[in-house]
Amino acid sequence: MSTTFWIIIAGAIATYLTRIGGHLVISRFDNIHPRVEAGLNAVPAAVLTTLVAPELLNAGPAEWLALVVTAVVSLRGGLMAMFLAGAAALIVARQFVG
Amino acid sequence: MATDVISQSGGKSDFWQGVRLSMPVVVASAPFAVLFGALAVDQGFSVLEAFLMSALVYGGASQMVGIQLFGQHVAPWLIVLSIFAVNFRHVLYSAGIGRRIAHWPIVQQALGYFILTDPQFAVAEARAQSGQTVGFAWYLGLGLPVYLFWIVESGLGALFGKLIPDTHALGIDFLLPIYFLGLVMGFRKRPLWLPVVVASGCASIIAYKTVGSPWHVSIGAIAGVLLAVILPPHHSGVEERP
Repeated sequence: MSTTFWIIIAGAIATYLTRIGGHLVISRFDNIHPRVEAGLNAVPAAVLTTLVAPELLNAGPAEWLALVVTAVVSLRGGLMAMFLAGAAALIVARQFVG
Repeated sequence: MATDVISQSGGKSDFWQGVRLSMPVVVASAPFAVLFGALAVDQGFSVLEAFLMSALVYGGASQMVGIQLFGQHVAPWLIVLSIFAVNFRHVLYSAGIGRRIAHWPIVQQALGYFILTDPQFAVAEARAQSGQTVGFAWYLGLGLPVYLFWIVESGLGALFGKLIPDTHALGIDFLLPIYFLGLVMGFRKRPLWLPVVVASGCASIIAYKTVGSPWHVSIGAIAGVLLAVILPPHHSGVEERP
């Protein structure tokens, strides 16, 4: 077997450990402390924000416009409407500002 | 017998409800799957290896980092460690989602954790928040199309990567940030949402500038989660139990 193959297998195992690890740790406790529960409830906003925030550093006017449109549409519309509106705004804006 | 039919049709419609929700994810991730396949072959992977990495690792950012380091002839253990680092945020996802899927049989749980990606977690959490059960059929409907498209498109990218058009003009390099912002906004009614977003956002930007990628994700995430843990429980909407 090639080195590449083993890198893929080891990478897959490492990834699966991250996907099941948090559950294995938490499930050892019978009672979840309210503060831990508050922390778990914060996970979606906390992690997803870190996937967007650094993009702001490299974003130009077109990207900013797209994000603003996305945020505004998300106040009213569903996930698909918000996504399509943001993508459309980006494509149109990039025709003008590159 | 009658209840069998009802629960089966219930499962079926749950599955298709999940499939509908998976469509934005399929669209947003498609360019990255194709791009991954193309880059992987460019960096010395075979088509089969590119396909295999998508099928087994199934994490876009970590796959990109992996093949980039591979192309730079970095030591194999360091490549694996980097994949682990990029994917470390999933530890928080699995800690959070465990509460929602604890009622599934163990094999279904094992499979559920395997396809636990960013959107999979966020959309499942949103469903749990709205008071609905996160069932296996629904969860699979949400995750399976994304997985199948991901591996097939990776293979296509590996085979036909040379034919990719100008990705910038089509805006596809920025589709994921748009999608992720939408997901963040979807949680805005949660207690502490704004403080957590501000803390994670600031911490991740500072870490991105100082420590560098990919650690900014874990550092920023931990900052937001810690804030929620530290603030008094009456702010976080979780009852203090005696």
